Amino acid sequence: MRSRKPRAVAAALAATLGLVLTACGSGSTNQLGSGGQDSFQAPVAENPSFEPGTTMAKLSKQGSITVGTKFDQPLFGLKGLDGTMQGFDIEIARIIAGQLGIPADKINWVKTPSKSREAYIEQDRVDMVVATYTINDKRAQRVSFAGPYYNAGQDLMVKKDNTEITGPESLRKTGAKVCSARGSTPSEEIKKYIDPANLVLFDVYSKCADALRTGQVDAVTTDNVILLGLVNESGGKFKLVGKPFTEEPYGVGITKGDTEFCQFIHQSLTKAAQNGTYQKAWEATAGKVSEENPKLPELNTCS
Amino acid sequence: MHVITDNLSLYRDGLVTTLRICLYSGLLALLLGTIMAACRVSPLTPLRAVGTSWVTVFRNSPLLVVLFFMAFGLPELGINGTYFVFGTIGLALYTSAFVCEAIRSGINAVPPGQAEAARSVGLGFGQTLSLIVLPQAVRSVIPPLGSVMIAMIKNSAIVGAFGVGGDLFSVGENLTSAQGEAALPVLIGVMLGYLIITIPAGLLLGIVERKVAIAR
Repeated sequence: MRSRKPRAVAAALAATLGLVLTACGSGSTNQLGSGGQDSFQAPVAENPSFEPGTTMAKLSKQGSITVGTKFDQPLFGLKGLDGTMQGFDIEIARIIAGQLGIPADKINWVKTPSKSREAYIEQDRVDMVVATYTINDKRAQRVSFAGPYYNAGQDLMVKKDNTEITGPESLRKTGAKVCSARGSTPSEEIKKYIDPANLVLFDVYSKCADALRTGQVDAVTTDNVILLGLVNESGGKFKLVGKPFTEEPYGVGITKGDTEFCQFIHQSLTKAAQNGTYQKAWEATAGKVSEENPKLPELNTCS
Repeated sequence: MHVITDNLSLYRDGLVTTLRICLYSGLLALLLGTIMAACRVSPLTPLRAVGTSWVTVFRNSPLLVVLFFMAFGLPELGINGTYFVFGTIGLALYTSAFVCEAIRSGINAVPPGQAEAARSVGLGFGQTLSLIVLPQAVRSVIPPLGSVMIAMIKNSAIVGAFGVGGDLFSVGENLTSAQGEAALPVLIGVMLGYLIITIPAGLLLGIVERKVAIAR
């Protein structure tokens, strides 16, 4: 009799552990698997020439570049467990570096979280920052922006089979419950479109995704870039509505006042858009999940 | 401190939501707790088992876990509802275990002669409990019951984190993160909001206690 009880407890523990393990295993299917370079590779210019004294000449001559990016944003800037960098931001940086004659393996990646991006540029710890970096006036006082290379915006995520929700205007009509993160800017923005009673708030977006899966809410809202990551993890259960209703233009952050480098980045982006590299870069990264087919937005003037 | 006066309407709405959560949870917890206490002292073994398991489960689980099961577990089983209902029921289940134990201690404090006298004049178990024992028991446990209720009012802050939102604590959270207000004055406002509920509740309990006290 004495030995029975511990054994039963152990069996129960083992069963619970098994459940937990399978639950963990099912969620993250295609995040780490698709490592490597994919089929896409940004072209590298051979022996490009630049005016002496410019940032381009310096970088081209030293044959390497330091780029700040996010390491934790799926589909845009993600460092895999094997150390390879993946995402649209990464490809944009590779396109620009390629035009300087710098191949992909000569790019040093530096992790620049949102709050420290300006500081990294000001202290010259990076040559440029491509990190889901929204251009705004406050930031432009400390750094210069080239681009935008992509217009992100707040969007809605719904279940795959949902056809009722077609945009923010349809939310009030259908009486849809919408989930967002507590205290976030998107959660304030969405209040223009729905009754406050239909707004459900959690501390993190993964809880919103769970609520969407179990039917507790009808839509999740935040920046489309974050939503794409959640769609990617859902294994085909969710989709984006694909009608962004705010504008978050993403730019390449460079040293304040480096107009020549800014113009060079514009040339590189324009060229990439013309010869299809830009589209291929999108298709190889965020395009795998998003149905959107973005064109290079109209570029700002360098100053 | 201007943040409190500037956002008085937000704080007021938060106070109302917190009061609603507490009112529904409190009533449900008192009801469930009394039923469970009756189960725990009943002569029927299955009922005693139900009462004991109830208390064991809900008194020993963190409130956070109970609320997690309500908000994320029930929808997983196909039971959908508003987060307000889930949260309120979760808080009531958790609190009912403490209510049950407070009332049971009161029942135990009633001299056994009372119940024996009731039985000897022909009252059944239900009548003995509801007419003779419980009225005496509840009177003697007003202070601990009050503590349980005040603890519940404070616990309602956790309910807000499970999709309910709009309660006093969520209002504070919203002011600090979305509107970028300094945390300290906002939280002082939140604390004042809870005190507005709990201090009068304590005073009310004192009055009730004096009114229903019996000289032994």
